[in-house]
Amino acid sequence: MRIAISATGKDLNAYVDPRFGRCAYLLLVNPETLECEAVTNPGRTVGGGAGIKAAQEVVNQGVKELITGQCGPNAFGILAAGGVKIFQAPGEMVRKVLELYQQGELSELTVPGPSRPGPQGWGIR
Amino acid sequence: MRQLVITSGKGGTGKTTVTAGFLALAWRAVSADADVDAPNLHLLLHPKVLEEKGFKGAKTVVKDPELCTECGKCEEHCRFQAIQNLTPDPFRCEGCGVCAYVCPVGALKLEEVETGRSIVSRTKYGPFSHARLYIGAEASGKLVTEVRKNAEKLGESEKLIIIDGAPGIGCPVIASLSGTDLTLIVAEPSVSGLHDLERVLGVARHFGVDALVCINKYDLCPEMTGEIAHYCLRENIDLIGKIPFDPAVLDVMEQERSVESLLQTEAGKVIEKVWDNVISRLFPDGRETL
Amino acid sequence: MGYQVIISVLSGKGGTGKTTVAVNFAFSLAAKGGDGVLLLDADVEEPNAGLYLKPTLEEVVPVSVPVPEVAKERCNYCGICADFCQFNALAIIPGAILTFPELCHGCGGCSLVCPVEAIQEKPREIGRVEKGRADFLEIWQGCLNVGEAPPVPVTRKLKEGLPRQKGKIIIIDVPPGASCPVVEAIRGSDYAILVTEPTPFGRHDLEIAFQLVQQLGIPHGVILNRAGTEDRAEADNIIEELCSTYKVPILLKIPFSPHLAALGAKGVLFSKVIPYWQEQFSQILSKIKERCSCANS
Repeated sequence: MRIAISATGKDLNAYVDPRFGRCAYLLLVNPETLECEAVTNPGRTVGGGAGIKAAQEVVNQGVKELITGQCGPNAFGILAAGGVKIFQAPGEMVRKVLELYQQGELSELTVPGPSRPGPQGWGIR
Repeated sequence: MRQLVITSGKGGTGKTTVTAGFLALAWRAVSADADVDAPNLHLLLHPKVLEEKGFKGAKTVVKDPELCTECGKCEEHCRFQAIQNLTPDPFRCEGCGVCAYVCPVGALKLEEVETGRSIVSRTKYGPFSHARLYIGAEASGKLVTEVRKNAEKLGESEKLIIIDGAPGIGCPVIASLSGTDLTLIVAEPSVSGLHDLERVLGVARHFGVDALVCINKYDLCPEMTGEIAHYCLRENIDLIGKIPFDPAVLDVMEQERSVESLLQTEAGKVIEKVWDNVISRLFPDGRETL
Repeated sequence: MGYQVIISVLSGKGGTGKTTVAVNFAFSLAAKGGDGVLLLDADVEEPNAGLYLKPTLEEVVPVSVPVPEVAKERCNYCGICADFCQFNALAIIPGAILTFPELCHGCGGCSLVCPVEAIQEKPREIGRVEKGRADFLEIWQGCLNVGEAPPVPVTRKLKEGLPRQKGKIIIIDVPPGASCPVVEAIRGSDYAILVTEPTPFGRHDLEIAFQLVQQLGIPHGVILNRAGTEDRAEADNIIEELCSTYKVPILLKIPFSPHLAALGAKGVLFSKVIPYWQEQFSQILSKIKERCSCANS
C-alpha cells in the first residue's frame, strides 16, 4: 500500500515540503520496499486553489495516507472525503521521516490548518 | 541557509532603505526584491544584470481575427465585459475561458501570457534576484515566488538571504513571508501604521515566522511611537530599534551615493544596531557564522 | 467633459500620501460648498479614507458574485466542470463533487459546460459598498471581505451607480501600484492626479504611473508631497526633470513639515485646521478644469 509525501525533490533524499499545495513533488512510496515514484504536483503552478489541485491528485492516485507539513481547509476537505489520513511531519529528509512513520511516531492531522489569511476591510465606523 | 524578510503593512515606511543598509552590513548575502509591483531596491544597489527572463503568470484570451465570424456569442457570455466590439480587453479578461468555449469557430483561445520579467543580477553586496511586473498585470504572488526561488538557487552556498518584502497583507506579502525564518517589520508611527503592523504581524504568526519590530521616523509622531511600543509589549514582540527621521538619508538617496554613506548618517547608526539585534536572533550561536 | 468630473488620485508606490491628498482635496472642495462632492475609496483591500473623515454610515450595498450550486442527485461526477474551471473552484473525487466558492470568479463556465444541467448559480457575498457622509462630503467606500481573492467585482460595483449629475465632482482614491485593480479603478476618469515624493524611489514609481495613465489616455498632473523646503529646495529637481521630460504639470507642492506629518499621523485633516491648505487644494480644481477643457476642445 503506497503512501504520498509532499517533497522538495524526486527521491528519498529530498526533504518533506511543509507546504502541501505548493510542494514541488508528490512522492508515492511503498514504505515496505521504499520503492518511490515522483509525480509533479499539479497545484504548484496554479494561481489559486493549489491545495485543491494537489489533494485531487492524491485522491486520484488512490493512496490512503499522506505525510505533509501543513494542510489548509480546502485540501483537508477533499482528502477527508477521499478517505485519506494525513500525518504531520517535521521538515526532515524523506528517508528519515519514513522511519518515523514506520515507528508510529508521526501524529495524525485531524483538523485543518488555518486557511491563508486575506485582507480585512476597514469599514466606515 | 537562513532567510530574513523585511516587511511593512503599508508602503513608504522605509523598508527598502533598511534592507539596503543590512546588505551593506552583511557584506555578503543574497538579496531579493519581492516588491514586484513597485520594485525599488535596485535603485540603491546598482545591479549588473546577468540574466533576464519573461515570466508567464496568467492566462488571457487571444483572438484569431481570420476565423472570427462576428457572431457576438463571446461578448454575450463574458461576465467581465472583457470583450467589447468583438475585441478582447486584456486588462479586463480574467482568463476564465468561457468565450473560447462558446465560440463556434474556435477563433478565441486561452493562452499563457507574460505578466512580467524575472531578473538575476550581481551587485557589490552579492547576488540579487528581482523582477518587474508589467503595467496592469495580475498575479504578482506567483512572480514573488519566482523571485524567491531564484534567490534560493543563488544562495545555495550562502548563509543568509535578505528579502525586501512586498507591502500590504495580500497574496504578494504572503508569498514573500511564507517559509522564511524571521521578519523585521518596519513600522511607521501613525494611526494607519499601527493598524497595518497588527495585520502584517497576523500574517507572520499564521505562517510561523518569528517577528521583530523597528519604528522608522519615530520622532515625527512620539505619541504614536509610544502606542506602537505599548502594542509590542502587549503582544510580546521585541521592539529592537527606533530610527530617527534624518534628512541626511534623503540627501544620500537623492545624490545616489553609496549605501555605505547611508550608514554614516544618524539614522544609519541606528540601522546598524537593529542589524546586530537581527543577527543575534537569526544566528544565536554567534555571528562568526556569517 | 460630460456631466460630472471624475478625478482619480493614484501613486505608483504606497506611502507617498495618496490617501492624504485624496481626502484633503475632497474635503476642501466640499467645504467650499456649491457643487456636490463625492469621494470614492477604491482601495478595497485597505480602505482607510474613513480613518481621516470618520463618516456616518447611511447605506450598505452588498456585492456578490454568482457561484455554483450542484444538484447532487443529477451530477454524474464526469469532472468536465472541474477540468473547465480555471480557478480550481470545483473538485471531483470518486462519488463526490466539492465546490470552493471563495475561489470562484463567477464566470458561469461550470454551469455552461455541465452536460446534465446539474449546476445552478446562486449569489455569494464577497464584500460591500458603504455609503456615508462626513459633514458636506459624500463618501462611498468599497470593502472586500476577509479572505476574498478578487477585488475587481467590488471596484466595479462601487463605480456602477455613480451619479450623472451636472457639476458633480467625483474623486477616486485608487489602490497603490499599477496592477489590474488600479486599471479598473481609474478607467473612465476625466483626469488623474499622480502623487509622488522627491526621492529616486518616487521618481521611479512615478514613471510607471505616467506610462499607465498614458496607455489609458487619461490627462494627468502631479502633486509633489514632502517637497524640499528652503534648505533642500534642489531636492525637487529629481521630479521636476521627469515631469518636464514627460510634459506633465506639477499642480501643487506640499512641503515636508514635521507639523503636517504629525497631523497626518494622528489622522487629522490638515486642510481642515489650516485654511491656507484648504485654499490651495480648492485651486487645483480650476487648474484641472482648464486642462480638461483644453484636451477636449
